[in-house]
Amino acid sequence: MAQAIQSDVKWWAGGRSPFNMSYGKAMMWYFLMSDAFTFGAFLISYGTIRFSSNFWPDPNYVFNAFPFMGHANLPLAFVSLMTFILIISSVTMVLAVHAGHKMDKKGVEKYLLLTILGGAAFLGCQAWEWTHMLTGEYITLLNDGSLGLITTTTTGNPYGPTATPEAIAAALQLSSHEQLVSMVNLIAHETHQNLDVAAMSHADLINTVKNTAGLHVNHVGPSLFGGLFFGITGFHGFHVFSGLVINIIMFIKTRLGHFEQRGHYEMIEKAGLYWHFVDLVWVFVFLCFYLI
Amino acid sequence: MGHQLPSPEVTYVEHKSDKDFYAIVKKVTIYLTILTLIELACGLIIYKIHHGSPGAVFMIKILVGGLTLLKAFYITSSFMHLGDENKNFRLTILIPLLLFTWFIIAFLYEGNAWKRNKNTNVGTVEHVEAVHPAFGRPGIHAEH
Repeated sequence: MAQAIQSDVKWWAGGRSPFNMSYGKAMMWYFLMSDAFTFGAFLISYGTIRFSSNFWPDPNYVFNAFPFMGHANLPLAFVSLMTFILIISSVTMVLAVHAGHKMDKKGVEKYLLLTILGGAAFLGCQAWEWTHMLTGEYITLLNDGSLGLITTTTTGNPYGPTATPEAIAAALQLSSHEQLVSMVNLIAHETHQNLDVAAMSHADLINTVKNTAGLHVNHVGPSLFGGLFFGITGFHGFHVFSGLVINIIMFIKTRLGHFEQRGHYEMIEKAGLYWHFVDLVWVFVFLCFYLI
Repeated sequence: MGHQLPSPEVTYVEHKSDKDFYAIVKKVTIYLTILTLIELACGLIIYKIHHGSPGAVFMIKILVGGLTLLKAFYITSSFMHLGDENKNFRLTILIPLLLFTWFIIAFLYEGNAWKRNKNTNVGTVEHVEAVHPAFGRPGIHAEH
């Protein structure tokens, strides 16, 4: 019974998919590819701006703090810890996916829980780092020519070029009384001195700042540093957060036996792809912001 | 267990034995750790020699970039099992990513040109904006 078939229509008999992969998993891969371009565009814009700047803060000076270690100079230590946390949570995710292939419900639950803990630990570290940068005050030579305290924000940071002693002396004369009081308070706090700041005269305040041993003052750093740092690590942190939520949902669904009923744990594999991608992006953020 | 596929869409078949799988995961974890440690060492070397020659610092940065790409390779091929997927599928992911080659080169070149123009008043006057004496370093290509 011959049927007329239009000659320009290509018929396909179906059967196994050409990629030998489910639709959902293939689309997760394509989503991740497009997300890689989004992150890539952000990181490349950072690179362009950094290449176009005559001065850029040195990451080893900016990221040298560690929780509960006070002012110890520990360049890269904390961010290395964050990197290891993310690598290890990626490993536990691989083990969860593998347990899923073996239909091992208990194994999936155990390793997913460990992955969730790793992700939460990473986010906690990032929250600490952001807080440290947003609240850590440094004596800085401000753009209006005075000396004052600033933190790292999207409008400025204390990591510009080093100010000369002459420039510091000149800037001190332009500082307001409030600025001087806040600087002397900071110095008293950091050098563990008991200074009666309220009783000090304007000239006393200026001399206290000027005569502080080891006083290191920078000009205001490029404002784009803060915007790029908080923007890109924030966008990555948001990915970690959404990955964490996805993993928690996967954990609950595993616990309720949904995948066991379905007969396969492929959802764990898709969630795993997303989680590994988050780790992959961090590898590049780590490179661009902290290492070079 | 067997390899009965519960749904026609789920086509993943675990080829490796448990022993092989754990051996690979262990190997890749160790590789990633070692690579990260080397990267850290490079970062600290840059910190120690930051008043050293810009050429040496630049070479270390290139090295760190290479190590990062190696890490990315291990994560995608082993952890994300891209190495186990169908070759045609793999290519549909990897070929578009080649755009990054142009993307990176073009934009970093542009950034550098932008700096040159800023510093020389669009190439007509030398050193309009002085290069800052840096407590860190000026950009990699500060010399001209």
